[in-house]
Amino acid sequence: MTDQWSVAGRSFTSRLIVGTGKYKDFEQNAAAVAASGAEIVTVAVRRVNVSDPTAPMLTDYIDPKKITYLPNTAGCFDADDAIRTLRLAREAGGWDLVKLEVLGEAKTLYPNMRETLEATKVLAKEGFLPMVYCVDDPIAAKQLEDAGAVAIMPLGAPIGSGLGIQNRVTIRLIVEGASVPVLVDAGVGTASDAAVAMELGCDGVLMNTAIAEAKDPVRMARAMKLAVEAGRDAYLSGRMGQRRYADPSSPLAGLI
Amino acid sequence: MVSIILNGDERQVRSGSIADLVASLGLDVKKVAVERNREIVPRSTLADVALAEGDALEIVHFVGGGC
Repeated sequence: MTDQWSVAGRSFTSRLIVGTGKYKDFEQNAAAVAASGAEIVTVAVRRVNVSDPTAPMLTDYIDPKKITYLPNTAGCFDADDAIRTLRLAREAGGWDLVKLEVLGEAKTLYPNMRETLEATKVLAKEGFLPMVYCVDDPIAAKQLEDAGAVAIMPLGAPIGSGLGIQNRVTIRLIVEGASVPVLVDAGVGTASDAAVAMELGCDGVLMNTAIAEAKDPVRMARAMKLAVEAGRDAYLSGRMGQRRYADPSSPLAGLI
Repeated sequence: MVSIILNGDERQVRSGSIADLVASLGLDVKKVAVERNREIVPRSTLADVALAEGDALEIVHFVGGGC
């Protein structure tokens, strides 16, 4: 039974996207990606260290031919910087599926939605396929979709906070209103948070810190893989209704 | 020699194409992207673009990063 999802015409089996930041070293990072089963990893675009060009590179450990690199604009605080970064990413990697995030302030890393919307329009016009980090606001999500976002990526909680999905209602409203994939991006702290996102009907989850900052990142990566699969299955299976009082599971007839 | 700004720092480099510069830095041209004076220089044309005095170049690659 295959349960695939697709974004901008590309199909994937794993619904877990993982970041590649904050790891102890490239070996641990690669092992965590393998354990997570992720088929997509987010990557950042940064200046080459011209004084040490022989320093190991991410591409030496995570093969871009096997794992889809999703260039991300983390660290960009206005539309211009984000667009410039993704133009470079497209030239470096040769693909147009990208993750846009335009941040509003360092303290919360909340997105600046005005700049995000502007950047989405420009990127879509230039032929990019932007997956867009956004607030958990169903109206903003719709506006992004209209502007050309190929996926909506609302935060569950601030980036790196590990607080879990703070507003299940708004995430669900976004899922119900969207005609492009919805992936919770940011805020997941542990496996149950990932399961919650999937049980809400999201198409996937993106996380970094929850795995990288676990005491045993490789084991947490596996936990996240299982949680995403469990949450997805639970969503598809159609959960039982909730009652205010107990309902016995054993027959009442034939009691001695 | 020409004087350029490379990744934010002023540098004296040998005259030649951007491809020559990338090679002289010991970088694999297939793993980087180059921006010259805020315009992307397509990889296929790196050998055709000569460095000019005062050029601002950005040479970037992919590094680990999250959300």
